[in-house]
Amino acid sequence: MSREIDLEYLDRENLEKLQLKRLKKVLDRVYHKVPFYREAFDARKVKPDNIKNLKDLERLPFTTREDLRAGYPYGFLTSSLSRLVRLHTSTGTTGKPKAVLFTQKDIDQAARLITRSMSMTGAGPEDVFQNMMSYGLFTGGLIFHYGAERAGLLVIPSGTGNTERQIELMHDFKTTIVHITPSYALYLAEVMERMGMDPRGDFNLRTVYLGAEPYSEATKSKIEEIFSLDAYDSYGLSEMNGPGVAFECKEKCGMHLWEDNFIMEVIDQETLEIRRDSEEGELVLTTLNREAMPILRYRTGDLTHIYPDPCRCGRVHRRISRIKGRVDDMFILRGVNIFPSEVERILMNLPEVGRNYQIVLERHGGLEEMRVILEIKKRFFRGSLKDLKRLQNKIKARLKGELMVTPQVELVEPATLPRTTGKAKRLIDKRKI
Amino acid sequence: MLTIRNLRSYYGRMQALKGVSLHVEEGEIVALIGANGAGKTTLLNSIVGLVPSLTGQILFLNADITHQSPREIIRMGVSLVPEGRQLFAPLTVMENLTLGAYQRYRRKEKSKIKSDLDTIFERFPVLKERRSQVAGTLSGGEQQMLAIGRALMSGPKFLLLDEPSMGLAPLIAAHIFQIISQLHQQGTTILLVEQNAAAAFKVSNRTYVIETGRVVLQGASEELLHNQEVKRAYLGREYKEIWE
Amino acid sequence: MAIWNPHFECMAKDELEQLQLEKLQATLNRVYRSVAFYRKLFDQMGLVPDEINSLDELSRIPFTGKTTLRASYPYGMFAVPLREVVRLQCTSGTTGEPIGVGYTRNDLTHWTEVSARVLCAGGVTKNDVVQICFDYSLFGGGLGFHYGAELVGASVIPGSNLDPARQVVIARDYRTTALIATPGFAIRLAAVVREKGLGPADIHLKRGLFTGEPFSERTRKQIEDELNIKATDNYGLSEIAWPGVAGECEKKKGLHIFEDQFIPEIIDPRTKEVLPLGEEGELVLTTITKEAFPLIRYRTGDITTLDASPCGCGRTLIRMKKVAGRTDEMVTINGVSFFPSQIEHIFSQIWGVEPRSCLEIDRRGNQDIVNILVKVSERIFFDEMKKLQDLKSKVEREIYQDLGISVKVKLVEPDSFARETKGKRVIDKRESS
Repeated sequence: MSREIDLEYLDRENLEKLQLKRLKKVLDRVYHKVPFYREAFDARKVKPDNIKNLKDLERLPFTTREDLRAGYPYGFLTSSLSRLVRLHTSTGTTGKPKAVLFTQKDIDQAARLITRSMSMTGAGPEDVFQNMMSYGLFTGGLIFHYGAERAGLLVIPSGTGNTERQIELMHDFKTTIVHITPSYALYLAEVMERMGMDPRGDFNLRTVYLGAEPYSEATKSKIEEIFSLDAYDSYGLSEMNGPGVAFECKEKCGMHLWEDNFIMEVIDQETLEIRRDSEEGELVLTTLNREAMPILRYRTGDLTHIYPDPCRCGRVHRRISRIKGRVDDMFILRGVNIFPSEVERILMNLPEVGRNYQIVLERHGGLEEMRVILEIKKRFFRGSLKDLKRLQNKIKARLKGELMVTPQVELVEPATLPRTTGKAKRLIDKRKI
Repeated sequence: MLTIRNLRSYYGRMQALKGVSLHVEEGEIVALIGANGAGKTTLLNSIVGLVPSLTGQILFLNADITHQSPREIIRMGVSLVPEGRQLFAPLTVMENLTLGAYQRYRRKEKSKIKSDLDTIFERFPVLKERRSQVAGTLSGGEQQMLAIGRALMSGPKFLLLDEPSMGLAPLIAAHIFQIISQLHQQGTTILLVEQNAAAAFKVSNRTYVIETGRVVLQGASEELLHNQEVKRAYLGREYKEIWE
Repeated sequence: MAIWNPHFECMAKDELEQLQLEKLQATLNRVYRSVAFYRKLFDQMGLVPDEINSLDELSRIPFTGKTTLRASYPYGMFAVPLREVVRLQCTSGTTGEPIGVGYTRNDLTHWTEVSARVLCAGGVTKNDVVQICFDYSLFGGGLGFHYGAELVGASVIPGSNLDPARQVVIARDYRTTALIATPGFAIRLAAVVREKGLGPADIHLKRGLFTGEPFSERTRKQIEDELNIKATDNYGLSEIAWPGVAGECEKKKGLHIFEDQFIPEIIDPRTKEVLPLGEEGELVLTTITKEAFPLIRYRTGDITTLDASPCGCGRTLIRMKKVAGRTDEMVTINGVSFFPSQIEHIFSQIWGVEPRSCLEIDRRGNQDIVNILVKVSERIFFDEMKKLQDLKSKVEREIYQDLGISVKVKLVEPDSFARETKGKRVIDKRESS
């Protein structure tokens, strides 16, 4: 465990030395084993040896979501198949998900970062940890589980759903720490109250780790107030092992990104130029400690900025701000990543669908809802109510099959939806998180 | 090699063991740990026939030795290194050692006995140095080595050790455990009674935890390292509160 | 075929019995000291744990039932302080008191060990890619299989409760070789494979372990044929270990119970007498390695038979037959005893879904009459009456062939169904007459 502390409190100079050392190994590895990277390097006339210091990173190619998808399933694998022990995928739309492969070392390292993050917030073997994230292919569940188990806590792998049962367990086993999405946290409070319980007085909660969806500082404060506890921001993405990429320390002033494991850059999403600290831009991450699937300069699509000044806690791993938004229009509904462009593609493939549609996102009680309002071609609008119902169900089923969430579908006559000049405003997000 | 079932041992009206079952397989080193008074020494004494009042079954190499005499049991290949060493203090190291082989003289194993003696001197060079010294004047560690050496002189198949590290400084104790480990590696089957749980776990394959005459836990020594039951057995804590 | 742990799985009978005796005595001493319920139980009987001198004498101890476990929720039956508990699993079921099952670090090790044995008996090796289609949260068996598969060294795809279509896509792309699911899910997967027209070039499944539902020889054959795999059964229960109590070997002559961790007995559920080997009755289990949640003579409610004859696989462990049904559900019609689950199973095989059904039993003259009321929802409502009639007849014929009883299947609309059955699975009107 002491080695972990060393890595957390490394001084800047040694940290960067470590980064460079690890980077060189990664470059060598991917250049020789990943055709995509070799081609990209060759196209830029760069060889791994040419990278002599961290600034030279600029000369390297980016990796995008589409690149990973094109490489599905094993395009980015650098270790032998026999050494793989785990597959995780990102939640997401359509056919080929983004898959992340792990060797045993990768799993252990991912768990280590979680353990480190949890210890940083003061969690220890005395704690009872309820992991209220989806367990399965989604990294949020299992990766955090392993990290918590490693740290010696009592782990309650409760997953999502069965909320009343979960609240019972939380009360009876005196859960002190919860890992949960902000929207689910708010819903949890509502159910507790419905059950006649007081979120503050009837429970032992001290800490909550929030992640997996965007939320505001106001929501965080609200959650802290409702439950009377400390909320910590957690940042991660499945392509980077999942949670454990960046985490808030006790100062709660931005999330420390574990720079011994990732090199971070913030770029201008249009010009691809690197931004200076404290300037907002797209977060780009390079893995330094992954065996199976190292990735270079991955464009996360998340907008943030790096805090330039050192944190009072003493750690030199720099902090990033809460994620301000996306460079694209992706939104997260009930934990699933959805791209409006994908929704459009699905809709436009249906012969009955007219020109205009709208996606409305709302929260009812604790549940997030997506309503797709569609203009239907006039000729399909005649006919019985039964026929319309059938069409509605067909569209619903098609969307569910591809998106993994079941939207509400409303069929309207042509020319009902407002037309705007310029870029049509198709996505209306009414959720206040 | 050794199988014990439902052993109940009595000292007069006091019941020291209350239905203990355990076994030691050939080539194993099994530890028995527990607090003072738990019944560890009684167990070893029961095996070698020093406890007159007992019920249950003790099998050694498939023969029932439950009510056999100590002489008979030793002859079959069991040897005990008793608690507190119990050396013949006025006699020399050499004399203690040769006395250890007293059973074997009858069988005319003179040359084998000599070679065993040499082996012991090799293992415990300090004993060789001090072979003419009176046992009572040896240091704690040396006495323990002598006690072990003496037990080994009977050419045992099965060695019982009762708290070999007791009263010894940590470094010496560590050395003794090293020797025990070596003995095991060279093929001696060992049942080790210890208060020093940590050392016992390290050196043994399996461990039994005994508390007030009963076995409360048994398993691979590695696993028992993680088990808080051991602490409880020692401190004799009455565990009531789930929120300890 | 490999045996995971020959030391225990092929142990000589007398050695095993000595081991069982020792562990049983240690367990009894511990629970007497640490679990109030057991101390009271013993005191009431005037029994002292010391008095149990042989495995036969186990029958002097009263049974532990599910009601006791429910009543002791949350941790009345825990034998260690909560700080030593590192995992919580829960019995499934969203109504009624849950049963919280705690595990210490050693308990997890033991559980993982028997899970690995189950997988190994089913032919899984470190070269397999294992896809686990069980719920991973604390209510399901996913985590148990997952840890076991990791110990074996296989690659694990935590499919969890993803829908069959997506599971198939992943199995295809990641070349899953071993499938772990309920028999019903396997059949649904097979249907998807057929629909998508996938062949041996796409699906690399070689073997599967199926549990959680009745698994008749016919179902096994169906799964083996449709997925072209070797299918084995296994048995477990969340109160003790799920998976991990017993696993089927390649000889397919019963499931080997891991007697170094669990002592099995068969009792007559009505008289509670211990039955001799070879007779069918309720399985009672005593855990002899559990630290946090030991159970003495726990009535599982599952009906089976024990077989101690030598097994060609080399294991000396006793075998149990596949579970024939649950004690609380057994029904006797015209002298023939069976379980409602067997009827439900036939439905799911022939209809493709398991509808909500209710057995309505009445007596006319000296004959028992059985009507099976089936709730008709959208999913099984067809416009084509003939198709429906065909299916009905098929089910009735199958039930007659399989179970030897004549029944009439009646399709009932949801409202009437709710009214008539009031949520019960069996309505026996014979009692009143």
